[in-house]
Amino acid sequence: MNPFSTHAPRSLRGVIWMAVAVVVAASCLAVASLLPEGNLLHASAFVVSLAGKYLSYAMLALAVDLVWGFAGILTLGHAAFFALGGYAMGMYLMREIGARGVYGNADLPDFMIFLSWKSLPWYWWGSEHFIWAAVLVVAVPGLLAGVFGWLAFRSRVSGVYLSIITQALTYALMLAFFQNGLGFGGNNGLTDFKDILGADLHAPHTRAVLLVVTGVLLAASLLAARFVVGGRFGNLLVAVRDAESRTRFLGYRPEQAKLLVWVFSAMIAGVGGALYVTQVGIINPGEFAPANSIESVIWVAVGGRGTLCGAVLGAILVNMGKTLFTAWLPEFWLYGLGLLFICTTLFLPNGLMGLWRHARKPPPEEVTPEVADTQGDEA
Amino acid sequence: MHRVRTTCLLAALWLGAMLLPGHGARADAFADLASPQLGAVTAAISTLAASPDPQAGAALQALGERSLFAAPDGNVYIRHGENYVEARTGQPAASVPEGMKPIRLNNRIRAALAGVQAGRDLLASQPATRLRAADALYARHDPAMLPAVEHALAVEKDAAVRTRLTEVRAATILGQPPAPDALASRLEAVRALGGVGGAQARGILAGVAASDAEAPAVRHEAQQAVSRIDWHLRAWGVAQNAFYGLSYGSVLLLAATGLAITFGVMGVINMAHGEMMMIGAYVTWMVQQAIRATVPALEPVAILVAIPVAFGVCGALGIVIERGLIRFLYGRPLETLLATWGLSLILQQAVRSIFGPTNIAVQTPGWLSGAVAVGGMDITLNRLAILVFAGLVLGGLMLVLRHTPLGLQMRAVTQNRRMAALMGIRTPRVDALAFGLGAGLAGLAGVAVSQIDNVSPNLGQSYIIDSFMVVVFGGVGNLWGTLAAALALGMGGKVLEPTIGAVSAKIAILVLVILYIQRHPRGMFPVRGRGVES
Amino acid sequence: MTASLLLDMRDVSVTFDGFRAINSLSLALRPGEMRAIVGPNGAGKTTMMDIITGKTRPDTGTVRFQGHDLTRLDEPAIARLGIGRKFQKPTVFEALSVTENLLLSLKGVRSPFAVLMARMNAQERERIDHLLRLTRLEAVADQPAGGMSHGQKQWLEIGMLMGQEPELLLVDEPVAGMTDAETMATADLLREINRTRSVVVVEHDMDFVRALGVGVTVLHEGSVLAEGTLDAVSADPRVIEVYLGR
Repeated sequence: MNPFSTHAPRSLRGVIWMAVAVVVAASCLAVASLLPEGNLLHASAFVVSLAGKYLSYAMLALAVDLVWGFAGILTLGHAAFFALGGYAMGMYLMREIGARGVYGNADLPDFMIFLSWKSLPWYWWGSEHFIWAAVLVVAVPGLLAGVFGWLAFRSRVSGVYLSIITQALTYALMLAFFQNGLGFGGNNGLTDFKDILGADLHAPHTRAVLLVVTGVLLAASLLAARFVVGGRFGNLLVAVRDAESRTRFLGYRPEQAKLLVWVFSAMIAGVGGALYVTQVGIINPGEFAPANSIESVIWVAVGGRGTLCGAVLGAILVNMGKTLFTAWLPEFWLYGLGLLFICTTLFLPNGLMGLWRHARKPPPEEVTPEVADTQGDEA
Repeated sequence: MHRVRTTCLLAALWLGAMLLPGHGARADAFADLASPQLGAVTAAISTLAASPDPQAGAALQALGERSLFAAPDGNVYIRHGENYVEARTGQPAASVPEGMKPIRLNNRIRAALAGVQAGRDLLASQPATRLRAADALYARHDPAMLPAVEHALAVEKDAAVRTRLTEVRAATILGQPPAPDALASRLEAVRALGGVGGAQARGILAGVAASDAEAPAVRHEAQQAVSRIDWHLRAWGVAQNAFYGLSYGSVLLLAATGLAITFGVMGVINMAHGEMMMIGAYVTWMVQQAIRATVPALEPVAILVAIPVAFGVCGALGIVIERGLIRFLYGRPLETLLATWGLSLILQQAVRSIFGPTNIAVQTPGWLSGAVAVGGMDITLNRLAILVFAGLVLGGLMLVLRHTPLGLQMRAVTQNRRMAALMGIRTPRVDALAFGLGAGLAGLAGVAVSQIDNVSPNLGQSYIIDSFMVVVFGGVGNLWGTLAAALALGMGGKVLEPTIGAVSAKIAILVLVILYIQRHPRGMFPVRGRGVES
Repeated sequence: MTASLLLDMRDVSVTFDGFRAINSLSLALRPGEMRAIVGPNGAGKTTMMDIITGKTRPDTGTVRFQGHDLTRLDEPAIARLGIGRKFQKPTVFEALSVTENLLLSLKGVRSPFAVLMARMNAQERERIDHLLRLTRLEAVADQPAGGMSHGQKQWLEIGMLMGQEPELLLVDEPVAGMTDAETMATADLLREINRTRSVVVVEHDMDFVRALGVGVTVLHEGSVLAEGTLDAVSADPRVIEVYLGR
């Protein structure tokens, strides 16, 4: 299947460059946002929260790329892990509101009082502690991914089947979170946040710090992802992606390798979701919508599947495009997105990174694509 | 301010009426029709209804037609065109009194009149009319009508009407406050009502069972009758849900067969399949509009015309999509999934741009509207028609797959693409036609769905995930699997719905399918054998 | 007696949708032995390999390898016991370089966490260099395997098989599509390998089997038709009937 060299995309230098660039860009923007309003370089609160959103999405893209680009699992439900991380952080932010809500209850969030609940459900216990929220941000998506992946990979669900059931998973979660009875605010989700760790979420300083933190965590995720896919494990993932049954005859258990990267990927997505919530200020069941997951796949495809930098680049570029497009020509955005899907798959199978690599140095020898061999029955 | 004044006026009028000399002496039923007190009016209606005086009937009829007038002197007149006759005597009025007002007609009076009418109809010559009258009285259980009911029961010959009348009598008896001497008749009435069943009877019986004034024996009997009826209602409720499930399953079947065929033959999932359904529904609407504009007489059968048109339009569109997009992604099923998703966004937005984002009104022809009651459940004709249609489509599809060269080639490609190609089957042509067939089937599903669901650019999205579930649940390359999966998912959802709610039922079904796929990664009816694993 | 056998298949049967692919097949292999399996198409040769390597589970019968019951194990477990398999169509990891392919095959770390932490050590480097020399792929060591010729892929796969250091090698039609010279070279290589390991070769090519000079098992319709030297089985009238008398 679509063989391409994995040396350049996984190069440590490229990833380090990207990580540094992300941190520097986030820091510059953060500093710019603290400049006085009249200054030429001043960045508005809107731009800062937009940038934070892009970087959070870049983490989701990175997560998708880990499983799709390297392990060949086309996930159509990764936004579920992103949203779960977001909800975990949202719970903490809800509790931080304390008695400043509309109903002025220090223990219960407004929506629970509205539903005339008397006490917090058990799964909200401890949510007033940031540390616990931070644990949940990675543990909940990781746990769900672990259970789902263990079941799916063990029974060798793969290809289109796996894609469809990941979509069903996020769809089921969306329906569940829309219900008031689940205890996560139903339709409206969690919002109206005030503070994080005692700092005012609407203050420019807090926003600047959050942006830098997002940049740093994205850079850290990039490096961690590089560690996972850069060495022998990355080779194993690529081997599993291209010829899964062959790895079994070498004595590997591909389902374990897939599960490991799947859980790791879900955790990165969860962290992305948590950062997203702090900067966008709301998390609602719409984040679980299957369309969101599929959109995150196209970010990766645009940037370059199987290249860590490409995923980050793709997420930022496509979302910038979306922001501009929806501001200028809102009714044409769906045409644009649709064409992006079609054109990327048709003309740009290796994404922008592939294009760039191709332009920089044409491959020494043309790799013969053995398209017809995908049936690959070794029997 | 205004209201206060009106109230004062009414109070004054009422006082005045009470103080009028000779009020008691002149209190005849005719005059009471004009009384401001509703109770007096309904009592008067009952009296007049029981009276043999032909003028009484005329007056009541005039009341119902709003041509009964009250004069300030207390007399009532019936208007015939420009002339008035005195209601009591039938004599033309010598002079039209000043200040005549039409006697008001409100819901209570109308109901009382309807009861009177029903009482008369109990003695009509047509059994159907008598049955209708009995039904009307059953709903009212007005004690005033009891004599009429009993009289009718005495003379009734028709068995069905007799049964119904017995029930009416029982309901009417139980509608009255219990008296110690009426124990036997009430017990009998409870038993009679228990035999009828239905929500209405249950309501009355439950009232009896809960009433402290009732004798314990009657209460006990009523309680038992209620639980019997409950069991009955629940059974019919299950049957009704099963029908809904069957109906939803048939819609899913229509939506999923096309998807299953393209998945089976080409190994690709067409994410734009839902949009093909949506386009099929819009084609139905356009065909209806065109026929209305050209040959309005054919409007009732427009839906039948829409069937081949939608199949053709969507099928052609499918072939264009395969030739223009899918074939370039051959061998890359996951990329195909993404590209067709992009296509679905474009199609949705295109329809939104052309037809607007709101629902359009697809007509349901008269012969598909309405419902048939079967026992305690309602079979809506449009859903029944879709059930039959889905069966026909599946049957037709099986014939095509079994008995046509294209079907043979498609099955060959499904089972072993490379071998089929080596045997001289032009697989690109088969791919294009299979994709066209799949899209055409989606178009048919669209026609069906337009009869039961809102038609908007988002129509496809509400069915696509369930259709995917059907395909992966049923397994590839086996239409029986698709059938079984569609019915299982349709029924499963509706069976769970009453106990855990619609959304939870949907979630439960999704989770169950996900778990099932984990155990049976190739669905319920997998293709087995060496070389299948890809 | 069983203990002295490396591989012992007894009364193995397997059915696909009513078709008996293997019909009470029994096969025994001593340690250090090389055996050629021949038979017409559909005789069950590949299915037999699938059963030994755990890809297909038999309906009945036992398969023992060094005393382990293979029917209870899955493919990775069997591979770790020391059974290597070479497929008819060369299957290498095309997106990985030749070195990376070999590194993955080396006997040693297999659990995902160990793989995650593993970095190539000097000993592994040495083994890879040895394999590169053996398979004459030193010049293309850092190139992606997908770009290599058919012959190079065959050799790489053999190199990967060697890297696994298996006790028993299963080789499926290794000379399909080879020239006569290549066929003879492959026969030499297999004999070389057989000096340290046991080998089962499935092959159609009688000249190749003759060049191997080993015991032959003839399969027909899922069971053993004849066993012995090539000359002996060639003279067997039943074998002649199956191969020629149609």
